[in-house]
Amino acid sequence: MNWLALTSLMPLLLVASISVILLLLLAFIRDHKLTCWITCLGLAMAAFWAFADMGDAPQQVTPLLIMDDFSRLLGGTVLLVSLACGWMSYTYLETADEIREEYYILLSLAALGACVLVASNHFASMFIGLELMSVSLFAMVGYMAHSKQQANMTLEAGVKYMVLSGVSSSFLLFGVALIYAYAGNLNIDLLVAAEGPRLQSGYLVIGSALLLVGVAFKMSWIPFHMWTPDVYQGAPAPVTGFLAGAVKVAVFAFAMRWLMMAQGGYLDLLLLGLTVMAVLSMVVGNLLALRQNNLKRLLGYSSIAHMGYIIVTLAASATLGAAALSTALEAAAIYLITYASMTMLAFAVISQLAAQDRRFESGTLAHYQGLLYQQPLLAGALMLAMLALAGMPLTAGFIGKYYLVLVAVDSQLWLLLSLLVLGSSLGLYYYLRVILVLCKTPVGDSRLTLGASEKLLLTLLVAVTLWLGLYPTPAIQWVQLAIQ
Amino acid sequence: MQLLGIIISLLGGGVLALIVGRQSAAASRWLSLVSLAVASVFYASLWFDTTDPQATSLWLLHMDWPWIARFGIHLLLVTDGLSLVLIGLTLVLGYVALLSAWHEINHRCGLFYLNFLFTLAGVVGVFSALDLFLFFVFWEVMLVPMFLIIAIWGHEGRRYAATKFFIYTQASSLLMLAAMVGLVLLNLQQTEVWSFSWFTLTQTDTSGSLGMWLMLGFYLAFLVKLPGLPVHNWLPDAHTQAPTPGSILLAGILLKTGAYGLLRFVWPLFPDAASSFAPMAMGLGVFSVLYAAKLAFAQNDLKRLIAYTSISHMGFVSLGIFAWNHLGLQGTVMQMVGHGLSSAGLFAIAGLLQQRLHTRDLDKMGGLWGQMPKLAALSMLFAVAALGLPGLANFIGEFMVLVGVFQVAPWAASMAALGMILAPVYALIIMQKGFFGTAASTQTAGTSNVLDLNTSELLMLGVLVVGLVLLGFWPNLIFTITVAPVEYLMHLGKGG
Repeated sequence: MNWLALTSLMPLLLVASISVILLLLLAFIRDHKLTCWITCLGLAMAAFWAFADMGDAPQQVTPLLIMDDFSRLLGGTVLLVSLACGWMSYTYLETADEIREEYYILLSLAALGACVLVASNHFASMFIGLELMSVSLFAMVGYMAHSKQQANMTLEAGVKYMVLSGVSSSFLLFGVALIYAYAGNLNIDLLVAAEGPRLQSGYLVIGSALLLVGVAFKMSWIPFHMWTPDVYQGAPAPVTGFLAGAVKVAVFAFAMRWLMMAQGGYLDLLLLGLTVMAVLSMVVGNLLALRQNNLKRLLGYSSIAHMGYIIVTLAASATLGAAALSTALEAAAIYLITYASMTMLAFAVISQLAAQDRRFESGTLAHYQGLLYQQPLLAGALMLAMLALAGMPLTAGFIGKYYLVLVAVDSQLWLLLSLLVLGSSLGLYYYLRVILVLCKTPVGDSRLTLGASEKLLLTLLVAVTLWLGLYPTPAIQWVQLAIQ
Repeated sequence: MQLLGIIISLLGGGVLALIVGRQSAAASRWLSLVSLAVASVFYASLWFDTTDPQATSLWLLHMDWPWIARFGIHLLLVTDGLSLVLIGLTLVLGYVALLSAWHEINHRCGLFYLNFLFTLAGVVGVFSALDLFLFFVFWEVMLVPMFLIIAIWGHEGRRYAATKFFIYTQASSLLMLAAMVGLVLLNLQQTEVWSFSWFTLTQTDTSGSLGMWLMLGFYLAFLVKLPGLPVHNWLPDAHTQAPTPGSILLAGILLKTGAYGLLRFVWPLFPDAASSFAPMAMGLGVFSVLYAAKLAFAQNDLKRLIAYTSISHMGFVSLGIFAWNHLGLQGTVMQMVGHGLSSAGLFAIAGLLQQRLHTRDLDKMGGLWGQMPKLAALSMLFAVAALGLPGLANFIGEFMVLVGVFQVAPWAASMAALGMILAPVYALIIMQKGFFGTAASTQTAGTSNVLDLNTSELLMLGVLVVGLVLLGFWPNLIFTITVAPVEYLMHLGKGG
């Protein structure tokens, strides 16, 4: 490993050093504010480093990790999501009856895992990244285990996530093993492994299918979505934000490398399965969201639907030549970035509210009644997030949806396109429901307050969501750079 | 720049209204009036502006800034006579709706005027954007404030109505988005250039079966907005539940965006597909005219009745557009303006009656002429305008549409003419049930000078009356402006 490779790996090293520094620090000083500051600063520096490196030559760091513009862009996105998550966790944890500081170690480890996942072009590093992320998340989902208010929900969610995630990881590992048996190499790009011992391609088919099951679990594609609503509802709001934002981005980034960019013909093998999951996720995800009465649960189903939409890009890249592939990659990356911005906005609002009253995350939508008149900033931000998720123009969500429609029409995926339209129309109903609740006449008076740092975070997230919708050109240019 | 000026003064006025609305409701009202006035000044200066170098006799104003370079998307705002007429209608009805809101909207005023002015800005954008992507953005964005107006300030069933309104329009416009992307990709295939510009895309060869599918995507979105049968179902609910200013905006101008879309996009972009689809569309138009008129007759709720008459009148618009000849199109434009004024008048009347009687049920009214003669007389005028009495704008519109349609499809014209018989039935039933006969027992009897119109209400309705009569006697006011754009659209719509 030379110096250049080491500096290009700097974002990952920075994130890793946060957890080490915090571990050492906590032996001497326990200070919530300081811990949060170190985490956020470290994540911000890492993200900045990743974005600043954009445009540099790709660096293969050991056979395991590749730091190209794709890793930098989506890794940077993951780091920014983690930063927002750490930021919103501060107020949330301040009001929790629970030990606070260790949370940030887990957060930085999960962020590190997500970044490794994005940068992996080797099945071993993929598994390391995925497990690093998941194991930290088990603890984060169940973090409020000793809290009097939240213990039941959060423990249930944590155990559920751990057991199901463990099962899916074993599927994934088995799949990797079969692919290894076929190729004799763990490199994602099977062409590199062409000289290895070849077995019948049945190994490849079954191995890929099992690997896909593992990925589908993390992406909560139906029928592997069972954990999603419970975990979304039970986990502390900032952690749910991480699950919805960072995890989805990181896992799908790996899926893009594996299915779209690598030469292995995996995608042709899995296309039917992917299409079935897309159809189910779009339709069933939206249908199940219609009657949800808890906002986080609703957003859980909404994320199932959104992750169903993004399969359109995978299907599109399977159909045509190089031009379609690059458009599909561009669409997928844009969709991930826009989805991350709007979903983080939604969870930032929820965790600010939940920090003051836990019923905002565990209770029914009725708690949000009339929020528009009591807390215009929070309610306005939530409204924007809902409109963005519904795909209204001038918000990030529309640019993502436009890209999906573009690739679907370009590749003539009429079935998926019509389901995309149908699903989005169904989705409107529940997003509007949330907006309507916010607009109702308030019941009673509420004593919600909002500190300066929370206001700043919300303003930044609102700005990003609007900026991506109003003037997406810079984002598109970065993405085009990243997928070359 | 004037177009941008109109849009920005409306948007800016909306934001300011929200800010001052926290302190004083009156201030937000006056501020909205001022921002509407500023917008009108910009609009007036459009007429006298001869400095624009790109202006021709056809295109008055051209504003073109790059927006999303990746797809060749521009901020392209252009006006021709057609847009000019419709933007003018938007502003006039903006004043009328503002006056009707003045006393009716009493809570959360700042927020209301924000949504109100944003809706107007969105509609102005729809009427002037000629980049398809930008058009789509305005098309969708005007929905959100309208949705909130219905959902927050509407009547008893407001949330249901608002959701239905939003889902109908949004779902159909997603199909339009897909069709739009398809058209752009078709153009990309033919010319290897990304462009969403109307001027480029009208040159695209859209003959063939793909053109038909794309046309249907656009047609459906506009048909929902128009609305025409069988996708009209959102309208009676939305119009009935919206507060009076909301109903005025919906009936007066939001419906016209659908007609404008058919006129500006469907024919010029897909001439072949549209002309082969025309008999079908005209059939649906005839069906709308007759069936909605019959439904209107069966309503007891005054606002619901008026809402159904709108569907019936928009059937004529559909007919006139798909006749695609000079008389038909000119008649359509006149019908759009005439219906905008008369339906705004009728909804304003319904709102005034509801304020006074606290009901919209026609069965609970009766004999109102004695108590409020001025209001009753004006209702009579708007009702006969709606039924197409010669001397008022709607007559010119409907008559020309029928003549135009007769030239291409005599069967459609003859059947739609039956609508001229049904229209008096539903128009006069309003008068008969509401204003003649004996007073219903539930009615609170008051002295006539308390109940009748006051000055500001007279002013509000007077504007509409003047417009209707003026255009009824002097239709050339509009025809001279729209003749060139209509000729140009017809030229494009004739196909290659």
